[in-house]
Amino acid sequence: MIKVQEKDFDVSAELAALCQGRTNVGAVASFIGLVREVAGPGALSAMTLEHYPGMTERQLAGLEARALERWPLDRVLIIHRFGRLLPGQQIVLCAATSPHREAAFEACAFLMDWLKTKAPFWKLEEVGSQTRWVDARKDDDDAAARWQTDASDTDNSET
Amino acid sequence: MKLLYFSWLRERVGTAEETVRPPEDVATVGQLITWLTRQSSGHAAAFADPSIVRCAVNQDYAKAEAAVGADDEVAFFPPVTGG
Repeated sequence: MIKVQEKDFDVSAELAALCQGRTNVGAVASFIGLVREVAGPGALSAMTLEHYPGMTERQLAGLEARALERWPLDRVLIIHRFGRLLPGQQIVLCAATSPHREAAFEACAFLMDWLKTKAPFWKLEEVGSQTRWVDARKDDDDAAARWQTDASDTDNSET
Repeated sequence: MKLLYFSWLRERVGTAEETVRPPEDVATVGQLITWLTRQSSGHAAAFADPSIVRCAVNQDYAKAEAAVGADDEVAFFPPVTGG
């Protein structure tokens, strides 16, 4: 299930809903991403997430389908927020459920690594009265590349 | 052809969305970028370094050699930074 929303989410309610009535599920792995405050004089005061409505849902649904195909999962959940967020607030929730833990852990890591390089979101940081767009990190590309199985997994490379 | 811009490309071009009618010899993403850079100084600034511009045609990632046509939705943006 994919949710792209401005409002906050309740992790325990979301995970409970994911497992409700699913007696074959023995493992739930989840990841929660938060807005991180960087200490020092250039402290972050807020972050605004812009996204591409339509394409975001399409890319996240593609990731969900790929995870379900690759691992013996029961369900996948991705919630990603947009709009202006403050340090400590929740940005993203990824979860995968499975009969066994390995598939759930791996799928959850795969979803986050790929989300970072595929989902069309851009972060605008506010530092004091200044704003700056966050640059993409090569580490994130490398993290996603370890899951690569075929050439179609490289389509966020240079235009 | 409907064009969308995000993040700092939107700021440099000066609009989030525009409809354009490029000449018929503009048939690929790369050719579209070349044509757009000649449309205004804002477009030229946005596409000054094409290596940091990503493109999607009809909401799927597309490379420079991908085909574009009059009915397509073409989006330009920097490398993504979600999660």
